[in-house]
Amino acid sequence: MTQSNLPEPVIVIEPRKSFSLVDFRELWEYRELLSFLAWRDLKVRYKQTVLGIFWAIIQPVFTMLVFSLFFGKLAQMPSDGIPYPVFTYSGLVPWTFFATSLTISANSLVNNPRLLTKVYFPRVLIPLASVLPCLVDFALAFSVLGLMMVGYGLLPTTNIIWLPFFLLMAVGTALGAGLWLAALNVQFRDVRYAVPFLIQFWLFCTPVAYPSSLLEEPWRILYGINPMVGVVDGFRWALLDTRHEFGWMIGLSIITMVILLLTGLAYFRKMERTFADIV
Amino acid sequence: MNEPIIQVEGIDKKYRIAAAHTHYRTLRETLTSAAARGLNRFRNVLKGQAASTGSETFWALRDVSFSVHRGQVLGLIGQNGAGKSTLLKIIARITEPTAGRVTIRGRLSSMLEVGTGFHPELTGRENIFLNGAILGMTRAEIERKFDEIVAFSEIADFLETPVKHYSSGMYVRLAFAVAAHLEPQILLIDEVLAVGDVEFQRKCLRKMGSVAREGRTIIFVSHQMNAVRELCDECLLLDKGRIVRLGVTNDVIKEYLGRTATTTEWRPSHEERFSHPNFTPTRLQVVDTELDPIRREVQSGERFGVVLEGEVSRLSPNLSLGIAVYASGNELLFWSWHTDQAEGDWPRLREGPNRLVVWIPAHFLNEEIYRIHLIASIHPHEWILHPRQWTPQVYIKVTGRPGRVPHRAVSRPGFTAPVLDFDELPPLTE
Repeated sequence: MTQSNLPEPVIVIEPRKSFSLVDFRELWEYRELLSFLAWRDLKVRYKQTVLGIFWAIIQPVFTMLVFSLFFGKLAQMPSDGIPYPVFTYSGLVPWTFFATSLTISANSLVNNPRLLTKVYFPRVLIPLASVLPCLVDFALAFSVLGLMMVGYGLLPTTNIIWLPFFLLMAVGTALGAGLWLAALNVQFRDVRYAVPFLIQFWLFCTPVAYPSSLLEEPWRILYGINPMVGVVDGFRWALLDTRHEFGWMIGLSIITMVILLLTGLAYFRKMERTFADIV
Repeated sequence: MNEPIIQVEGIDKKYRIAAAHTHYRTLRETLTSAAARGLNRFRNVLKGQAASTGSETFWALRDVSFSVHRGQVLGLIGQNGAGKSTLLKIIARITEPTAGRVTIRGRLSSMLEVGTGFHPELTGRENIFLNGAILGMTRAEIERKFDEIVAFSEIADFLETPVKHYSSGMYVRLAFAVAAHLEPQILLIDEVLAVGDVEFQRKCLRKMGSVAREGRTIIFVSHQMNAVRELCDECLLLDKGRIVRLGVTNDVIKEYLGRTATTTEWRPSHEERFSHPNFTPTRLQVVDTELDPIRREVQSGERFGVVLEGEVSRLSPNLSLGIAVYASGNELLFWSWHTDQAEGDWPRLREGPNRLVVWIPAHFLNEEIYRIHLIASIHPHEWILHPRQWTPQVYIKVTGRPGRVPHRAVSRPGFTAPVLDFDELPPLTE
């Protein structure tokens, strides 16, 4: 940014009357800072832990074992014709990514008050950078899923090309909710305590331990209001040939995800001007 | 281009501050009002307003306008709470003005704190990159200046050590080194010189001086008038959010000191502290002849004292304590050491807390604002507190016309106005 042949930027600082949702040009200018912040979070994440990066695998794998024992074995939960451990783990992988991303991004602003009060850059970089390292955890947990599928002799179908789309949906949902909560957290530290509860509640409403096919048809579509329903079902569809159709349900999930993301961004942008004064 | 590089027009900044808590008498009252407050807040959240129930407003800045030209080094002075930092934060885009407009024509970096974004778990090397990026440097730029930064910070041996194991001095040196190698056209600096040891402070000041001479535009906030004098051509004096004066540094500082002539006591604070095994200052205070603190002007005919307090953890037989007195234009009047007297009269220094008083005679100083520094050295080897660097300092305003004759109306030039003995001698007969 400090090459002398660049035209001099003229910046006008005024009380903002209108605002744009995202200033893409500015974000692009700050892409290096985004990667530095993400890199910092990644580096620091498992410092001074014994198991280090293995935590990324331990959490979903142990949850899978517990779910398999209680829901799969004891409760005889149906699993769309897929071995229950693979069924639940394929939901836990995107779910764990979502839950960690949401927790970290919701606390990202209040955990970095100095960045808000002492230096300028687009504020949205902070929650954004906090979600990125979770993708590394996701990749690790996902590779275990690959091993499990090989172990059970399950081959993915060509639907697998849609997987990045569903991952993007998970990112969008986590970021949308994360932006809302991060901005609220600056003013109301209640958020810090509400998030674990919210995530637990959200897990019950998401078909991780049980299949969405348990719900009758008109209700199943409505169920798609929870965007994570679309993500988890989409993951199974893309990887495991669950052979059920989701049609409108996933459409609804996409719509709520987009609404969540846009309103989150709007609220964040509206509140960001006060962050430095309140945090 | 003759347009000002920074143009500030009619800036207002309003803050909401929570009003003092009302005390509720009964539990029911407490609960109902808490519920009402909660509901109100919830409504405000949705409307995107800050929680404002029971708060009052406070104007941190009021109608501030000025402009800065290319290559100018502007000092921003004023007492705590005058609005200096708020103004800097608005120009740095950290907080938004309530009204008004700032136009900036150039790339700007701000050093409002050293080490923003430093992470204790990361190594020195990693933090250089991280901090550099946060301050607005590109990776290529940081790589190019990396060796320079390391050399300046004097921590080459600890580059691969997590900064949580650094001493606070090392931490500050590294942080300042990164910031000092920024190359923006406009640099905002907020009170960062009051950190680190004396040697490093001097180095920082030199570095900033050289940055200023390279033609960069700088806005510099400081409480240290020495540093302001050294760096700035012009100064802006703020008081309670308004501009009081903008002009040549020495004049503005004089006005500022005139307003702050009541800072007759210094104690260590978060920004201003200093420690040394041979002598750590803990207080410097102007007192009257009864040893009661003076928080006012003194009369020229009044004898007053300056109390020096400090902690000695390793007593050196050569430890010398003293004061350096300056006039408001930064002219040195004199130094005085406790060892100036005959050795038998020296006050005894001991390990632990020490307390001395030095007396300024009546009818000695002129009508002026004087700055008194606490100075200390291990005579003659080493300075502990050198008057040209940061040392504890107090200000005292002396009023009243010089001389012992009442009602003499004429003021007099000169830094001192001693009443001397004039004796009549018999005329010499040839």
